[in-house]
Amino acid sequence: MAEPIIQLKSVKKTYQRDSFLIPVLDGIELTINAGDFDVLMGPSGSGKSTLLNLIGGIDRPTSGEVHVAGTKVSALSESALARWRARHVGFTFQMYHLLPVLSAAQNVELPLALTKLGGAERKKHVDAALGIVGLAHRAKHYPRQLSGGEEQRVAIARAIVSDPPILVADEPTGDLDAKSADEILTLLQRLNKEHGKTIIMVTHDPHAAERGHKIRHLEKGVLR
Amino acid sequence: MSPTVNLLVRNGLTNKGRTILTMMVIAVAVVSFSLLQTAVRSYYLGVEASAPDRLVTRHKVSLYFELPMAYRDRIQQIAGVESVTYANWFGGYYQDPKNFFAQFAVGDSYLDLYPEYLISPDEKKAFLSERKACVVGEKLARRYGWKVGDQIVLKGTIYDGDWEFVVRGIFSGRDRTTDTTPMFFRWDYLNEWVKAHRGHDSDIGWYILDIGDPGAAPKISQEIDALYADSTAQTITETEKAFQMSFVSMTGSIIVAIEVISFMVVVIVLLVMANTMMMTARERVAQYGVMKTLGFQGARLSVVVTGEAIVIALIGATAGILAAYPVIAFFGAFLEMNMGSFFPVFELGPQTVAQAIGLCVLCGLLAAVFPLLTALRTPIASALRKVN
Repeated sequence: MAEPIIQLKSVKKTYQRDSFLIPVLDGIELTINAGDFDVLMGPSGSGKSTLLNLIGGIDRPTSGEVHVAGTKVSALSESALARWRARHVGFTFQMYHLLPVLSAAQNVELPLALTKLGGAERKKHVDAALGIVGLAHRAKHYPRQLSGGEEQRVAIARAIVSDPPILVADEPTGDLDAKSADEILTLLQRLNKEHGKTIIMVTHDPHAAERGHKIRHLEKGVLR
Repeated sequence: MSPTVNLLVRNGLTNKGRTILTMMVIAVAVVSFSLLQTAVRSYYLGVEASAPDRLVTRHKVSLYFELPMAYRDRIQQIAGVESVTYANWFGGYYQDPKNFFAQFAVGDSYLDLYPEYLISPDEKKAFLSERKACVVGEKLARRYGWKVGDQIVLKGTIYDGDWEFVVRGIFSGRDRTTDTTPMFFRWDYLNEWVKAHRGHDSDIGWYILDIGDPGAAPKISQEIDALYADSTAQTITETEKAFQMSFVSMTGSIIVAIEVISFMVVVIVLLVMANTMMMTARERVAQYGVMKTLGFQGARLSVVVTGEAIVIALIGATAGILAAYPVIAFFGAFLEMNMGSFFPVFELGPQTVAQAIGLCVLCGLLAAVFPLLTALRTPIASALRKVN
């Protein structure tokens, strides 16, 4: 039986804008097992990305606990959280967020700067990651020389290059045409099935959502 | 190349036009700074080159007033004084008032007390055996094309009239810092003129004492000055360094102004760099967000942000130093030849190079403070929203 890898307990998140308090997440209880491919859906402003950020350790809850991969991430210091993120979570975003000054291979290599790997080892990892996403032949191309789908695949290669157990994908197909979107979803499915990555994906697209094992709906900060 | 260094370099090349312009501003500033600092250092070189075992006794009121010749023998008798010589400022010019250089009427043993002036024994002997003889420094000789045996005429300003001299020696400097632009002639010649035109022996501008032991300087100085404390021509005895410094301090405000301007140039570099780095910071907020998402923390992020500023500063500074060498050599050739008394050695020294590079690196570091704070303080989610 699969072990829980992500657990959120009574998680609340409230943002403060000037003198206004804006509640975004309200008492989230969530368990995701290792090897799952879960999808988060919901209308804009429902708190999907915020929830993803909490799971990925790039934001902190106002109250409640976030346990991911055996670590209570909501209790980690900033620097410990950064180190934890580097080892446990890979991120992909709707806008890819590749660094335009670096080639595909250099973008993919970036997370490895935080490891003790030597140049040759880093190259081996980068080649493997680009091979998995089918872009080994575009290694020296810069983001501006790639299509949107290719950029997203490079972003996925960057997310998996340091072999984290969890991938969080924030609307990874939101900016892509149908064909490219399909390729990305197929790739994510492969990473889940063949490489055992636990994936949690946010999407607006019901067709994309069907690729996951389980669809969760978030409305007004509450999971339904 | 490590990914971090790679990113740092690539970032620097993102906006080539802006980066190159910033580097050019830094380079121009480094040339200006180096030129001004070289002028200041050159000006103080005479002070630095002073011998620690020489004292100077002059009139307490000012150099304008002279001391009696009778002081020489009494000073010579002070314990610790090994030998005494003397000099007077002549203040003439060669052919045209713009051809001004330092001329001194000196006592016979003057050159013995200044071993840094290298002159052959024959030339020295010739100088001491002829009333109108003079010796000139090699830079001065080069400036006017004088050779040993040439007859020259100076126009006296303090001691009116045309003064004829025969060049009997050309001395070189023992060290690079030795001033080889003055001219020395026999004090007897000056005294002869004073006696003929003013009806009395000439007084002495200042005495130079060889004391052998620099540690005895305070005691000897006190003793000499006490000796003449009640006379009409009171003395002040000081080290040669202090004596030189009193000349420098006469024009000290100009030098201070030059020094201030040179550091203002550095402030301009800082402002230009800060402006560049602030624009950079605004453009890179999303990049910083991505890097933080990937797990980059303060130290690694600092390397990328400050590294870029330091690389720009270093390249600009290096270009500036490379350009400064020929510029300073050009000015140096002119100044050493025409204003050698003030700027005896005008060349870019390692100290100035180190100072210029160090200040540029400091400017780079300071200019990176704002972008670094932006990178560190902006929450990841906010940074990523900048792109979305």
